[in-house]
Amino acid sequence: MSALSPSLTHELIQAVYFIAALLFIVGLKRMSSPKGARGGIVWAGLGMLIAGLITFLWPGMRNDILILVAIFIGGVAAWWSGKRVSMTAMPQMVALYNGMGGGAAAAIAGQELVRGQPIASAPAVLAVTGAIIGAVSFSGSLIAFAKLQGLIGKSLRYGAQQAVNSVLLLATLALGGWIVALHGAGPLWMVSAFFALALAAGILITLPIGGADMPVVISLYNACTGLAVAFEGFVLANAAMIIAGMVVGAAGTLLTQLMAKAMNRSLANVLFSNFGESALQGTEVAGTLKPIDTADAAVMLAYAQKVLVVPGYGMAVAQAQHKIWELCQLLIERGVTVRFAIHPVAGRMPGHMNVLLAEAGVPYDLIGDLEEINGEFETADVALIIGANDVVNPVARTDKSSPIYGMPILNADRAKNVIVIKRGKGAGFSGIENALFYLDNTRMLYGDAQKAGAELIQAVKALD
Amino acid sequence: MTGIVALYIFMLAAFTGYEVISRVPVILHTPLMSGSNFVHGIVLVGAMVALGAAQTPLEKTIGFIGVLLAAGNVVGGYVSTERMLEMFKSSQDKRKGGRA
Repeated sequence: MSALSPSLTHELIQAVYFIAALLFIVGLKRMSSPKGARGGIVWAGLGMLIAGLITFLWPGMRNDILILVAIFIGGVAAWWSGKRVSMTAMPQMVALYNGMGGGAAAAIAGQELVRGQPIASAPAVLAVTGAIIGAVSFSGSLIAFAKLQGLIGKSLRYGAQQAVNSVLLLATLALGGWIVALHGAGPLWMVSAFFALALAAGILITLPIGGADMPVVISLYNACTGLAVAFEGFVLANAAMIIAGMVVGAAGTLLTQLMAKAMNRSLANVLFSNFGESALQGTEVAGTLKPIDTADAAVMLAYAQKVLVVPGYGMAVAQAQHKIWELCQLLIERGVTVRFAIHPVAGRMPGHMNVLLAEAGVPYDLIGDLEEINGEFETADVALIIGANDVVNPVARTDKSSPIYGMPILNADRAKNVIVIKRGKGAGFSGIENALFYLDNTRMLYGDAQKAGAELIQAVKALD
Repeated sequence: MTGIVALYIFMLAAFTGYEVISRVPVILHTPLMSGSNFVHGIVLVGAMVALGAAQTPLEKTIGFIGVLLAAGNVVGGYVSTERMLEMFKSSQDKRKGGRA
């Protein structure tokens, strides 16, 4: 296929892979600071492009047409869905694309294992390990996608769940060990059963995990896919795959820890406890919910010195970020100090809320994260809670029996007044009643965040 | 590539990944997860090599699925990351404009 001698081609490909790996690392580094973030993805994309193109020169490549067709179908489908989906649905799309990567890693291993050629023990171990991780990441990510997309409503939970999952994983590992013992040349039924078990394990592990924990799980599967890619990279002696996969594996693990920490849950807790179930019994909260009408709420906001806005998932689903920002701009024009307080796990992923606010055009410096802004609630006249619930629930500070006890929260209850925009009277994602809503200085403004925002804008304008 | 060299690569790459992320602000967590999701799309290269070596129909089928999924990972990862980061640019530009 190439005019160059095979050894020279090999050198060229390795050199390009090296540059690609470098570009990935530089890209990721840039993506971790707000200034260079946009350039970062372009750098990484460039690395991907050259690595993909040079691979066509791989000595002895066959099936060029098949490869092109597969890239075309997969690429166009992903392009179409990625461009079309709304910003609020991004978390599940990340889960979907990540699952595809895991599936691809598993497919590489699968192809290696069905060939029936003996492999040395180190690559065989890594091929099998990568296959398990990749397959679990694939089916698990699809379940995560289905859950966040609302395709699967209830979390499946039954008595001996942990035992069943353990047995399933052990059986997968045992079959994998057997395949390694046969030098990666096991019979077809064995390889098929191995993959079927691994895929089933991914499904059954993910099904009982509640929707609130999904971001952590997606991040974990992201790290898993990276690891699987690195392992399969070793099998194929591909340095670019090893480096990129391992970097993502490590980065993803750290990111997962950061997320779990923000929710005050350990990773084991997320994976193996049935969060939400025990919470349903809930504690009775004293007091009543006190509604407020739009006009009163508008007066309260317009004549405040300082308003802190706490957006939550409710704002995201209502697509209300633009209306809320418009309202805040009106308040700023009136001389009110407005800032946004973002809980690390507000929305469905850390930083998800910042992305949505950025989409609406909220300047950077008006947005504060938990540690930075939490002291400011005491001096705020109004805390405006928009579709957030658990992240402002004071029982996390006070009630040791609550499942969210110890989770860092935004101290909205310390503001002089609290206005809560909320669709209905239901409990939060964790199923816990929110004591904040029953406080004396809290007023409830019922309604969809988008509509409530529009009405507040009218009411504030009408004040002049 | 010998096993021990690969082991060195594993180790150094792991530290690199850890270091790169360790000082990231919360606001970039989701874009960064999406970006790292894109980076492990490099699995495409391996899937291409695997399909390129496939001989039997079964191998070709598995290889085809592999390349298709990997291409979805690459393109989807890029598009979603780009869309998220695009918003940060517009907000910064607006801020500059607002202060002028």
